[in-house]
Amino acid sequence: MTDIFSDVEPMVFKSRINVPYAWWTGETAERFFLALRDDKKIMGTRCPVCEKVFVPPRKVCPLCFHEKMAWVEVSSEGVLESFTIVKRQLAALTRKAPVIFGLIKLDGADTSILHYIENPGHEDIKIGTRVAAKFNEERSGSMQDIACFRPIS
Amino acid sequence: MPKKRVAIVGTGQTYHKSHRPDVNGQELINEAVQRALKDADLTIKDIDAVVIGNMDHFEGINYVDCWSVDGSGGTMKPVIKLTTGGTTGSTLAIGGYHLVASGFFEKVLVIGWEKNSESDTTGAITTAFDPVWDRLVFAGAISGLAAEAQAYMAKYGATEKDAARVSVRDRKHACNNPHAQLRREITIEDVLASPMLADPIHLLDVCPRTDGACAVIMASEDCAGKVTSTPDWIWTTANRHKYTYLGDVNWGELDSIAEASREIYAKAGIREPRKEIDVIELYQPYSFAGIIWIEDLGIVEKGKGAEYIWSGATDMGGELPINPSGGVIACNPIGATGLIRCAEAALQVMGKAEARQVPDVNFAISTGFGGCMWSDMLLHGKRKPDF
Amino acid sequence: MDKAAVIGVGITKIEANKIKETFADMVWEAVNKALSDAKMTIDDIDNVITTSNDFWDGRTISCMAVGDASGARHKNVSCVEGDGTFGAFYGLARVLSGSYGTTLVTAHSKGSESVSSLITNAAFDPIYDRALGMDMVSACALQARAYMHRTGTTPEQMAMVSVKNHGNAKYNPLSQLPMDITVQDVLESEMISDPLHKLDCSPVSDGCCAVIIANGKRTSRYGGVPVWIKGVAFCADSYFIGDREISKAVALTKAAKNAFSMAQITDPLSEIDVAEVYDAFTYQELMWIEAMGLSEGGKAGINLEKGHYDIKGRLPVNPSGGLLSGHPVIAGGLIRIAEIVKQLRGEAGGYQVAGARTGVAHGVNGLCGQSHCVWVLTAS
Repeated sequence: MTDIFSDVEPMVFKSRINVPYAWWTGETAERFFLALRDDKKIMGTRCPVCEKVFVPPRKVCPLCFHEKMAWVEVSSEGVLESFTIVKRQLAALTRKAPVIFGLIKLDGADTSILHYIENPGHEDIKIGTRVAAKFNEERSGSMQDIACFRPIS
Repeated sequence: MPKKRVAIVGTGQTYHKSHRPDVNGQELINEAVQRALKDADLTIKDIDAVVIGNMDHFEGINYVDCWSVDGSGGTMKPVIKLTTGGTTGSTLAIGGYHLVASGFFEKVLVIGWEKNSESDTTGAITTAFDPVWDRLVFAGAISGLAAEAQAYMAKYGATEKDAARVSVRDRKHACNNPHAQLRREITIEDVLASPMLADPIHLLDVCPRTDGACAVIMASEDCAGKVTSTPDWIWTTANRHKYTYLGDVNWGELDSIAEASREIYAKAGIREPRKEIDVIELYQPYSFAGIIWIEDLGIVEKGKGAEYIWSGATDMGGELPINPSGGVIACNPIGATGLIRCAEAALQVMGKAEARQVPDVNFAISTGFGGCMWSDMLLHGKRKPDF
Repeated sequence: MDKAAVIGVGITKIEANKIKETFADMVWEAVNKALSDAKMTIDDIDNVITTSNDFWDGRTISCMAVGDASGARHKNVSCVEGDGTFGAFYGLARVLSGSYGTTLVTAHSKGSESVSSLITNAAFDPIYDRALGMDMVSACALQARAYMHRTGTTPEQMAMVSVKNHGNAKYNPLSQLPMDITVQDVLESEMISDPLHKLDCSPVSDGCCAVIIANGKRTSRYGGVPVWIKGVAFCADSYFIGDREISKAVALTKAAKNAFSMAQITDPLSEIDVAEVYDAFTYQELMWIEAMGLSEGGKAGINLEKGHYDIKGRLPVNPSGGLLSGHPVIAGGLIRIAEIVKQLRGEAGGYQVAGARTGVAHGVNGLCGQSHCVWVLTAS
């Protein structure tokens, strides 16, 4: 087949999918976000069957399918399970690189959450480092009500 | 002959509504799953694999098969996602059938869901069409349907009033279905007086946007009888997704459903579908399709669809009731819609359709519609297939 | 499992930017290559499964773009959204069900047409963690660190995966990034998301793969060389990364165990001759091999240093160059199957593994390997 593009610049049709989304949080996530916003509390749910405490909270135990989960407050401190320092300004980043993302297992929870790690004291952070949540002064009911987690000694 | 014959042994649906702000997507899915498990008297531990689907751009979540496991119960199980647009729900049913028929799994949980309230449905559908040729000139779902209706009306002289009769039927039927979204009767005058969306389609000719989920449990012949005394046997499935560009469509006739139905009839030995089929759950997103597509299905001759509708033959108590559930005009959580048709056909065969039950159902048909005038179809039977 | 085989494969060249080709053009090329490989015509194909993803394609109902090019017009057809190994699984189920004798499976992707960071960010939960701004690279970097921490795998060992796979790619004419590089080159390449350097990451790629699967007598009707499908299994882990044991791939372990058991393989380490695994990042090759039981726990890095995973090693891994040398998402896993088919037919040319009789191919869905599909194939 002859190359029809050999002497021309291939034409490119540029577009963007721009669909607005509004996700209903549902009552379970709503309770979690209200506790975060109003009381600076991090809430999880415990399955009475497997006794696991899930953060973020689950309406139904994902493992047992039990529907009567109990609300529990977990600590705002925990252990760094892993982390990465993003150096390139990847398109999904919403703040300027470098950004540290961490996986934090809060005391009292059996699962971990993802969040920013800030390290103003330039401490030697590693897996196992203890961290604490720093709450924003102004909170609107989202994961961003936690500004970040910081190393504690 | 399939390696394993396949039956539907349980179904579950949410109470479909325009908005479900009380639950997120995973929780909505879980409601349908828990109901299906309860219906079949099974637990999630009994399920060998999960087939799930929706349309990505309605919720804006990538890898929904992975994201949904908290609700679907797919954690540490095989989970697979099928997606084909409007036909997604029926595609899922066909997928569940083959996963069981292959002998890979004994019990498969099939889930279709959508939270259409979370985005701009038409904005998302518009991206289905070719970005260079179709997207900018022929947008959304309704324009294609209007083109079909116009072509059919020009050819056979059907009227907006004929179509309105179909809406009236489905909305009346919906009053018998507690899961339907729109459960209020309407009149022909209501339909004709409702706003014109895309000529000749009025607001009340067309499906709503819905939040809802549906789950169906399919089981192989080795265990179906142990789960339920009234299995709904899936006799055979067929589909055609023929068109890529809107300009390719033979407007005014739905070739895809004509081809798929002839394949089904041939496989199952059905010669007179009008007499041999007892009920149809037709994925009929707008009223005109209720006239046009029964012709393409071979239920009535070309051009005779409207007359058959007016005769009352497709109403409850008629010769061949269509959409006892109220159909898509009363309820349309898109990724679930085709699977709801399958679940409703199963309820009819199993004798569990309560107020919307058609008596003595031996054969039922469920269909799916979507994409670019695409069709899917399943044949359901009370008797175990003899092939 | 009843008798079934892959009887034809076709892969396009994998390139950074196939600016001259649409999705349909790529699919058309791969399908015709597969038909010709199988000595079949499109009329011999009973049904079609396409594999695509609406996010990557920037298109709702993305299968619509490739139906005609896959020859599906008057056939039964469906679409799996996810990796091509999952699409192939459904294709296999459809022939084993007895509904069809042959399935054509296609999988395509053009990474060049979208922004992968944004596409993979959309896999995060919209209510809880999407707004943080993570993507596949940053999530996998976090997993890489956890894996290194648990196993003691070093950055040098990870770099050696990149050196090996880019080196293997020199013998694969379809590969996007054949390169002569050193461990030093990898470690000195841009640090994108610590601990992942640029050369620890697979590139953005365009490409398509088609595979034809047949059952019963159809496996030998057309004159192509069948490669037998002995075991296939898939499994999904928990969704939230924080719910999982992130340094381990327990879902892969389960899928591999089931696939090996189906194939009556009791000692995978000695019975598998060649593996094509989903090495989207260097650490993943090591992690997946370990999870599949193809390496002793935590020892994959050390085995790699010893050369076990080289083309001439004890268990050659990604002799084709793997995804590190070209990663059209969605097609990625189907290409792994096609590459194992080539190996088992002795048609892999410069990257042929001598005497390969049994091979394993692997695909992944979701963030940090949430869901895995494992295929075990054997030579005629």
